[in-house]
Amino acid sequence: MKRYVIVGGGIAGVSCVEGIRSRDPEGEITLVAAEETSNYGRPLISYYLEGKTDLRRMSWRGEDFYEKNRVTALHAAAAEKLDPAAGELTLSTGARLPYDALCVCTGSHPFSPRFEGLETVEKRFFFTTMADALALEQTVTKESRVLVVGAGFIGLKCAEGLRDRAGSVTVCDLAEHAMSANLDPDCAPILERHLVKSGLRLLLGNTVTRFEGQKAHMQSGETLEFDVLVIAIGVRPETGLFAAAGGDVGRGIRVNEKQETSLPKIWAAGDCTESMDVSAGEPGVLAVLPNAALQGFCAGANMAGGAEVFDKGIKMNSIGFFGLHIMSAGSYTEPIYTEVAEDGCKKLFAKDGVLTGFILIGDVARAGIYTSLIRERTPLESVDLEALKKAPSLLPLGRAYRAEKLGGAV
Amino acid sequence: MKRVYVNEEWCLGCHLCEYNCAFANSGARDMVTALKGKPILPRIRVEGEGDVTYAVSCRHCRDPICIRGCISGALHKEGGTVCIDREKCVGCLTCVLLCPYGAVLPGPDGAAMKCELCLKNACGEPACAAGCPNRAIVYEEREEETV
Repeated sequence: MKRYVIVGGGIAGVSCVEGIRSRDPEGEITLVAAEETSNYGRPLISYYLEGKTDLRRMSWRGEDFYEKNRVTALHAAAAEKLDPAAGELTLSTGARLPYDALCVCTGSHPFSPRFEGLETVEKRFFFTTMADALALEQTVTKESRVLVVGAGFIGLKCAEGLRDRAGSVTVCDLAEHAMSANLDPDCAPILERHLVKSGLRLLLGNTVTRFEGQKAHMQSGETLEFDVLVIAIGVRPETGLFAAAGGDVGRGIRVNEKQETSLPKIWAAGDCTESMDVSAGEPGVLAVLPNAALQGFCAGANMAGGAEVFDKGIKMNSIGFFGLHIMSAGSYTEPIYTEVAEDGCKKLFAKDGVLTGFILIGDVARAGIYTSLIRERTPLESVDLEALKKAPSLLPLGRAYRAEKLGGAV
Repeated sequence: MKRVYVNEEWCLGCHLCEYNCAFANSGARDMVTALKGKPILPRIRVEGEGDVTYAVSCRHCRDPICIRGCISGALHKEGGTVCIDREKCVGCLTCVLLCPYGAVLPGPDGAAMKCELCLKNACGEPACAAGCPNRAIVYEEREEETV
């Protein structure tokens, strides 16, 4: 009987179980999770703070998932050493797990630049785990003045989740615009206006130079007083275990389209990896939940002898703030369509005859039609581009496409 | 499995499927109570222009990308049918970002909504197909399943 070991209990790890079980109902699966909770959608933690979900509903594949799939799940367990020559994983407890196939799904860790005086801040948090959300829930009161450093999607979702729990929420970022990794300067102001209208204070192009207890000295010269600090500057792939075993690591663990790594019998999936971004034509860290799920499944199926590929990876994100929906996907190459209004926008980007990216704010209906064109690298000469620019629909994709997709099983 | 299939050349663009869908999913006993003076929120939509019209609803894909990418785990399969647990859904609309057919829609309460083949409402089988006057929408077994 084949022995599988999965390091990580996030979406990639859980999807890896699904991949293995799609082909091998018998093999022994051991899943090693660093957190006390696993099998939950990580992006849900802000919705938890907002009261839109709870611990029971947050279970991604249901609370009986491990039992149903006959998985030995070890929680709050630390994987300490990976020995590819022996085919063995050692835990911090000293326990050894021999494997025939192992998948590294270690995700990412929050990253913080060195702020002077950070250690003098008593109540400081990251915002990437359920434990972070629970700790913030305990700490933040109606009187709390919350300062979030970082106006990317983690920081802003945290701010949204805390708005009704806290006295005030201020978000600062060194970048000139909110969500600068996802939005461009045309689109970002729409979001910024909405956030301010919704009660957040935004300080952009301005960050903390020094902390002093409950004071943040800002680049602008201003001094901000706060009670609770959240650092949401970014995350980095967690590659330590794999790198120490001699594996090939770029910005993340390097994988091919089968999710194989440079080490024998070792696969990797999810936010810890670097893989081909088909919209950019070069590898990147495609750390979003849908990719983690697709990669995890692909890795698992292949660990069990399958021939799956993950070869349509792009960055893609759907997020909402106080009722305003924002979607972005792919690479922002050459703009082919721009529509910017007070409360919404649409931008499409193309290069070499294929759609490579888009940004939508407000009207996001049927955006998946655009996403699919990017992932499939559909030649734009085969579609009615002018019609597609105006609205995503199946009409510009032609009768043959519709006959195949609407008239057959897909 | 049986799926909803569209015969584009027979679609009249009458939108009756949209009304039947909205009614079937309203829980109301008669169509007037369900639809009169209210927003019509069907999970099937007729699109196209001029002579070309056709209806689009969930394809119930064999390996649905919406289920893989759903952040809350609200989307799931029951038998071969792609269903949504609207209590679990947080309304992030990642499914809308992912569906290649534009067949998952934002619902009125924030949660996403989609065709569940009328298996969960009183209709019991797709109301769109049952009420289509021209067999432009049919509910049938069409291909041998490979999975």
